[in-house]
Amino acid sequence: MADPALTLEDVRFRWPGRASFGLSVPGFHMKQGESVLLLGESGSGKSTLLSLICGIVTAERGRVAVGGTDLSTLRAGARDRFRANRIGVIFQQFNLLPYASVSDNILLPLRFAPERRKRAAPDEAATLCSALGLPKGITGATAGRLSVGQQQRVAVARALIGQPQLIVADEPTSALDAATQDTFLGLLFDRIAATGASLLMVSHDERLGARFDRVVRLSDIAQTERMAA
Amino acid sequence: MILRLAFGSLLARALTVGMTILAIALSVALFLGVEKVRTGARASFADTISGTDLIVGARSGSVQLLLYSVFRIGNATNNVTWESYQDIAAHPEVDWIVPISLGDSHRQFRVMGTTQAFFEHYKYRGGRSLVVGQGHGLDDLYDAVIGAEVAATLGYEIGDPIVVSHGLASFTDHDDQPFRVAGIIERTGTPVDRTVIVSLEAIEAIHVDWQSGAQTGRTTPVERIREMDLTPSAITAALVGVKSRLQIFGLQRAINEYPEEPLLAVLPGVALQELWQIVGVAETALIGVSAMVVVTALLGMMAMIFSSLNERRREMAIWRAMGARPATIIGLLVLEAALMAAIGAILGLALLYAGLFVAQPLVDSAFGLWLPIDPPTARELSVLAGVIGAAAIASLLPALRAYRLSLADGMMVRI
Repeated sequence: MADPALTLEDVRFRWPGRASFGLSVPGFHMKQGESVLLLGESGSGKSTLLSLICGIVTAERGRVAVGGTDLSTLRAGARDRFRANRIGVIFQQFNLLPYASVSDNILLPLRFAPERRKRAAPDEAATLCSALGLPKGITGATAGRLSVGQQQRVAVARALIGQPQLIVADEPTSALDAATQDTFLGLLFDRIAATGASLLMVSHDERLGARFDRVVRLSDIAQTERMAA
Repeated sequence: MILRLAFGSLLARALTVGMTILAIALSVALFLGVEKVRTGARASFADTISGTDLIVGARSGSVQLLLYSVFRIGNATNNVTWESYQDIAAHPEVDWIVPISLGDSHRQFRVMGTTQAFFEHYKYRGGRSLVVGQGHGLDDLYDAVIGAEVAATLGYEIGDPIVVSHGLASFTDHDDQPFRVAGIIERTGTPVDRTVIVSLEAIEAIHVDWQSGAQTGRTTPVERIREMDLTPSAITAALVGVKSRLQIFGLQRAINEYPEEPLLAVLPGVALQELWQIVGVAETALIGVSAMVVVTALLGMMAMIFSSLNERRREMAIWRAMGARPATIIGLLVLEAALMAAIGAILGLALLYAGLFVAQPLVDSAFGLWLPIDPPTARELSVLAGVIGAAAIASLLPALRAYRLSLADGMMVRI
């Protein structure tokens, strides 16, 4: 059986600093190809959890494994490359480098990920753009000039290029209106189904849950702690 | 791709980046301009006299001899007798010799008595000869040829009368024997511009009624003076050219050891070097000030990068999320700084050449300073490389801060 897409076991993390914010996750798992919606209000530790999963910060204790690789066993540089190779990230908004072209934005993760670069087809950026319903010839446009909806779709294309196994999305629909949200999610799920990637999306919006394999409340899997030192 | 993105990022902040680049460009242009003026001034200075192998005068110091004979600053302590002059002229090594007689003045300008040979043999700026632009040379006893600055300052034209004063800054005029402006020399950028040149005989003629520096009270009519033998009894200095450069030192030694009279012969180049060492302190100060301007511009750039960091935290988070290492973030900021400095340096160079192109004729005619338009020298190129390198180093500080911010922010910056 394939390695699970994501495993968190007995994880404990605290941001450095005086008024520190800590997070502990006793156990959370995602199967390969599974889509999970993680529900949580803002300030509930969503961002911290995503930073942990992406290996941008490391846990004090416990195991964070993506596709069977324990992130804590990797050194900082290797962790950065692992992230570039295996994980596609979509932010809430302001996903793109506004001064760069759409194609440069989409190809950016490949710059840091040699394996993923090999997996990517030469014209994959353009293919993804048209699959995501973006107008033809948009790849040459400057990212900052696009509408928010278009920018989010470009961000999806960037997350998907080179077929990373895990897509992490941080409230990607919150900046979109209801109609656009639906189209956006439809396109995202189509693409993910096509590549077989797992999707972990964080949101505060329960209505999105219908499309996902599983809906998890953050408060059920993680405890946050705030302490004034 | 990184280079393209760095470039794009700079373009996106065109206004602040543009101002920073402009500051760097101006400072670089200033620095290189000062450097040009400095080397130009030095070359002009060294070019004040060329083609002359030895300057001969009464024994004093070499700088002093150079100052009064060439720059017309200060006074000779003693004269050279006409006999000594003729003895030197009779040396077989001597190709030509030009006597100079100083001591009188016209307004604020020195009057120099010499012969027509001065116009043939006095060379400046790598062998250029004096050009009498208007009028002619010294034909008549009372002809005066004036330098361009004399003509410009006093508004003289050909045919205007000139009265020579006795001594320097004196109230006694040789008004019984007025001169006539016979020619005006084109601007040279040398002390000749500030000199009134008359014949050696004329200097003798106006002093016929003088003895030991005082007027005797007699007034000899001009007609009689013209018939007199006006061979001088002494001159102030002489410019000497030798037949072969190999003979310079032999002749110098012979003159310095001349038994009849204490004389001094100096090589103009050596004396100019000595003099420049005294004047050269100012150039060091000038270089220092313009270097500080470059440093200020780089500090401005550093401040600009610092203040841009906050609004670029989001951008840094994107880079990090895409898999960029912290080192890449640092590299990106350093690259941006180096790009700005490189563009600034190239722009500065362009400004310099544009400025030189416009200013060259103006500076030449106003100050007699020739600023050559040459391709950048190795020294100038190394200055430019130094500016770019310094910019990269200066940007390390904000880059390290960006690195720390990106570590502390993690992946999600809320803005």
